[in-house]
Amino acid sequence: MDKTTFETKNTINGPMHASLRHDSAHKHVTGTAEYIDDIREPADTLHAALGMADRTHAEILSVDLDVVKAAPGVVWVMTADDIPGFNDVGSTGQHDEPLLATNKVEFHGQPIFAVIAETRDQARRAARLAKIEYRDLPHWTDIEGAITNGAPLVVKPMTLHRGEPEAEIGRAPRRLQGRMEIGGQEHFYLEGQIAMAIPGEDDDVTVWSSTQHPSEVQHMVAHVLGIPNHAVTINTRRMGGGFGGKETQGNHFACLAAVAAKRLGRAVKFRPDRDEDMAVTGKRHDFRVDYDVAFDDDGRIHAVDATYAARCGWCADLSGPVTDRALFHADSSYFYPHVHLTSQPLKTHTVSNTAFRGFGGPQGMLGAERIIEEIAYTVGKDPLEIRKLNFYGQPGSGRTLTPYHQEVEDNVIARVVEELERSSDYQARRHATIAFNENSPVIRKGIALTPVKFGISFTMTAYNQAGALVHIYQDGSIHLNHGGTEMGQGLYVKVAQVVADTFNVDIERVKITATTTAKVPNTSATAASSGSDLNGMAAYDAARQIKERLIDFAMRQWDVPHEEVEFLPNRVRVGAEVVPFDTLVRAAYYDRVQLSAAGFYKTPKIHWDREAGRGRPFYYYAYGAACSEVSIDTLTGEYMVDRTDILHDVGRSLNPAIDIGQIEGGFVQGMGWLTTEELWWDDKGRLRTHAPSTYKIPLASDRPKVFNVKLAEWSENAEPTIGRSKAVGEPPFMLAISVLEAISMAVASIADYRECPHLDAPATPERVLMAVERLKAL
Amino acid sequence: MTDAIRFILNGEDVALGDFGQTETLLDYLRLRRRLTGTKEGCAEGDCGACTVLVGRLIDGILRYETVNACIRFLGSLHGTHVVTVEHLAARDGTLHPVQQAMVDQHGSQCGFCTPGFVMSLYGLWLSNDAPSRAEIESALQGNLCRCTGYEPIVKAAEQVAAERPSSLFDPLERDRTEISARLWEIRAHPETIIVEKDGARSVIPANLQAFADFIADEPKATIVAGSTDVGLWVTKQMRLLDPVVFINHLTELQSISADEKGITIGAGVTYTQAFEVLSEEVPQMARLIDRIGGGQVRNMGTIGGNIANGSPIGDTPPPLIALGAELTLRSHSGKRTMPLEDYFLAYGKQDRMAGEFVEKVFVPRPREDAYFAVYKISKRRDEDISALCGAFHVELDMEGRVASARIAFGGMAATPKRARHVEEALTGQDWNWATVSAVRELFDQDYQPLSDWRATAEYRSLTAKNLLTRFFLETAGAPTELQRHELEEA
Repeated sequence: MDKTTFETKNTINGPMHASLRHDSAHKHVTGTAEYIDDIREPADTLHAALGMADRTHAEILSVDLDVVKAAPGVVWVMTADDIPGFNDVGSTGQHDEPLLATNKVEFHGQPIFAVIAETRDQARRAARLAKIEYRDLPHWTDIEGAITNGAPLVVKPMTLHRGEPEAEIGRAPRRLQGRMEIGGQEHFYLEGQIAMAIPGEDDDVTVWSSTQHPSEVQHMVAHVLGIPNHAVTINTRRMGGGFGGKETQGNHFACLAAVAAKRLGRAVKFRPDRDEDMAVTGKRHDFRVDYDVAFDDDGRIHAVDATYAARCGWCADLSGPVTDRALFHADSSYFYPHVHLTSQPLKTHTVSNTAFRGFGGPQGMLGAERIIEEIAYTVGKDPLEIRKLNFYGQPGSGRTLTPYHQEVEDNVIARVVEELERSSDYQARRHATIAFNENSPVIRKGIALTPVKFGISFTMTAYNQAGALVHIYQDGSIHLNHGGTEMGQGLYVKVAQVVADTFNVDIERVKITATTTAKVPNTSATAASSGSDLNGMAAYDAARQIKERLIDFAMRQWDVPHEEVEFLPNRVRVGAEVVPFDTLVRAAYYDRVQLSAAGFYKTPKIHWDREAGRGRPFYYYAYGAACSEVSIDTLTGEYMVDRTDILHDVGRSLNPAIDIGQIEGGFVQGMGWLTTEELWWDDKGRLRTHAPSTYKIPLASDRPKVFNVKLAEWSENAEPTIGRSKAVGEPPFMLAISVLEAISMAVASIADYRECPHLDAPATPERVLMAVERLKAL
Repeated sequence: MTDAIRFILNGEDVALGDFGQTETLLDYLRLRRRLTGTKEGCAEGDCGACTVLVGRLIDGILRYETVNACIRFLGSLHGTHVVTVEHLAARDGTLHPVQQAMVDQHGSQCGFCTPGFVMSLYGLWLSNDAPSRAEIESALQGNLCRCTGYEPIVKAAEQVAAERPSSLFDPLERDRTEISARLWEIRAHPETIIVEKDGARSVIPANLQAFADFIADEPKATIVAGSTDVGLWVTKQMRLLDPVVFINHLTELQSISADEKGITIGAGVTYTQAFEVLSEEVPQMARLIDRIGGGQVRNMGTIGGNIANGSPIGDTPPPLIALGAELTLRSHSGKRTMPLEDYFLAYGKQDRMAGEFVEKVFVPRPREDAYFAVYKISKRRDEDISALCGAFHVELDMEGRVASARIAFGGMAATPKRARHVEEALTGQDWNWATVSAVRELFDQDYQPLSDWRATAEYRSLTAKNLLTRFFLETAGAPTELQRHELEEA
């Protein structure tokens, strides 16, 4: 390295707040980024496939695997009896989620056995040959069926209560009751679930797992094998998409691969086919929201009483915290003076629903936006007016308390919405839309501007901790590791920016290394949008420790006071002397300075008492707003998104390019959830939309034809987060509610905007047409 | 006769005599060649993560097309040039401009779909100097991305479109002459190739006659053209097919021609090629092409295959039936021709006898003043399977009465089917709203559709009626179909 260039350089490459490209972009476009299936396998690696139930709810009477065992290439067939430890992969400790079914099947496709064969093709073919006898039991796959059959709840429900909703609901000038059905969503990460296990000596096993939660996979593998956590190492360099679908759902594949690898003494790789992946892994929860709302003639809400029922599937998984988060967002951006909210986490004979970007929040918020919409149609106003009327106020307004008794202290929603209303020319376009509809019998247009306020932190307070490990080697190169995982969201580059910034060195000096349980233990899932908040801070803590040691060393060596040691770009000024960073590092090494540090962070201020329904579950809120304009065809229900404008608050962005990508991608994913993505089970309980041929996520030609996305440049996190940034993973997802509501407005034009169309989600062309027909019939 | 296929993989000549009859190109690339840049996302030709280019000589010109490696069988690659993402960057690591544009525009997040997008963008870049937004979106229809929301990928396509520097850096432009010569050499003396592995056979007939002979001897052979349907029998249903006879290289089946009477389409003509001519001759057909599959599927799938397999939701039979198309079947002993609708007997049952194969379809040219339209309805606008697909063809007499009406639908019955009651009721009536609104209800006599995951019976029935309304409104000069882009732009 050339010393002179260091000395003349004024800035580093890749500080915090710079728009850096994704660290793997070059590898992505050349096909050299390594995913688990691309890793060169050890010799004699075996391959696994699932033996899946073809009943929805049944007793297993007998299992005959002789033909499977005799099939070409089959090495071993594994059943629950072969599990050395516990036959359980439930993430919440409820022991309700057997890895392999024993005497009962509770959803169609539930794994009963696994085949291990020389090739993947052989394993897949053999897995279809089992002869299993069942005795069918009654089943239900949806919320309606669960309620009708008096289904049990998979976890204890939560209730939020404030004020006197019971009394206020009868007292207000106006009241309405309604229901909204909200569909689930398949993650459709492009890289499916996969795990490869390599057995080691003693109890040891190393697993490469496509997971957002390596620590949990580690604990599960140990639990299933009946060995200590220290014997299990989980590695995750990158996922080909996660979106919550790899928070707990990778456990099965990793555990099966690990058990087989230990039993057979050979590496075992487990990659399900896309159809199998969609059949056996959990999805976003469907919800049914029943609401009872009291308000006045202006549309100002007095009280809300709502029940959020959810299709949870056959076991608990994360349904507790997901349904909790739905209630935490059942207020959207609105102050409810009196409120009563209850969750109803229903057991169904479907795959166990799980985390998915927003984690119940989108469903909660959508229910609130429906309430607003219906009030607007009832009082004959633009829904945006009703929104503004009901926004949380500023501190001191008496309108800042959430249903869970947390004060909203950092509220910027009014400003965000006002700016977007102006920049998107909302008012003029709304008038133009109404004018257009007057003269267009078949094609109708709609426009809607909707807000987002999303609480940031795991509501399980303990998860809000993170660790990081930073080494500086003698040549001045920096090794960075932390507990966060990279699923495309750009976490690795953001955290590397934090470290580069801390030492004031070019980011090229910082090596981002694969997440592994052996370097940073006891990590939380990379979830709840918390990745950069938690791991950025932990990495900063580690880097800061080493930096302080380097400063101490420089003070000793040069005999200067603290303020005479200054980290300049790629160099350090010590008194009158300027030394390259790597020279200082090498000198420190010879002085026996420890150049490695473990960093740690825990989010301050937060606490939550679920029983009482009180506390401060969130450290802060992220805000945003979107304005969408659509056209619909009232003959077929087909639609198009003509334009979307977004203004989103990420605080002081750690990396604006990455954040814009999260916003655009989150929005389009949310749009898919609310439009074309429909999960469909038949009367036998089989999921029939189990592949991209039948399950339709948005295409390039579905994104808004005009798509303007901006960050709220002025925003800064009120709390001292890393670089005063805000989380960005989940909040933009809910901006897509604007699309659903714009479609709804286009439908409402049929009845001259006098009736709320009650358009449920997903608003497939069929649902849109049927809503048009309902309004025509009025 | 010989026992190995020959093709070019990136820069390398490959002679392959050891492969399974349904072994996919994707497995070959990933498992046997360790070219792991090409990914498996769905194994059914829907997500595009496995996109590669296949170059072949069409009328002597080397043309590169995107295809899905996951459902492409090795036996279909004889005499082609397979290009994977590993072939793009220069040896010194310099990115191809298409790749650089994706990096510059932040077009990748998780990166798993990215090589597939790069290949689709590359295919577009090779064939189009200045693509419109409509053309970019069309080129990306067969690629799913779950992270980016696509905006940066479209911007990458726009960025790179402007870059048409010297052909030096581009491996396919640079080596075009040489690759053409090598492919000519492979095809120079066609011989029937039979590859046997584990007792099962791949058959690549030397020419049409050899194919006819073979299928006469072995009528149970599975005929594979584009494998956009058969591919899934293997990857999803794990069916054992043996022998498999490949016909996608038979130039005799790939001719498409138009004269004053109509258009004759050989069974092996791909959607892409067919619609190049059909859109020219029957402009209303242009609306349909972008709604069938993605580019990769359109480059592989054939009109003949879409008909031959008899799917009730195939997209080409309804408009072809409405236009009065005739199907020609051929066998060792001769040919027979029938109205296309007569070919579809019942669900999964077609009027194709042992030893017969689809040779061609003839589409009569509609009268200049005829009204014709085809509408596809699906949950997602592009790259989706029809909930229903309806085609309308109405001719009026001098008095403005309906002289003839041909209406055919897919997705409404167990086969593609004409709406005879509606047709009959329209015939002889004035072409006006009163007539249309009166006959709409007769669709209920023609069709009793099913409910499934694509749509309910109620929606299908109502929409079929509404499509007649839409058709009428359009003939009255009131376009009602949502168009994302102006058609001439596409």
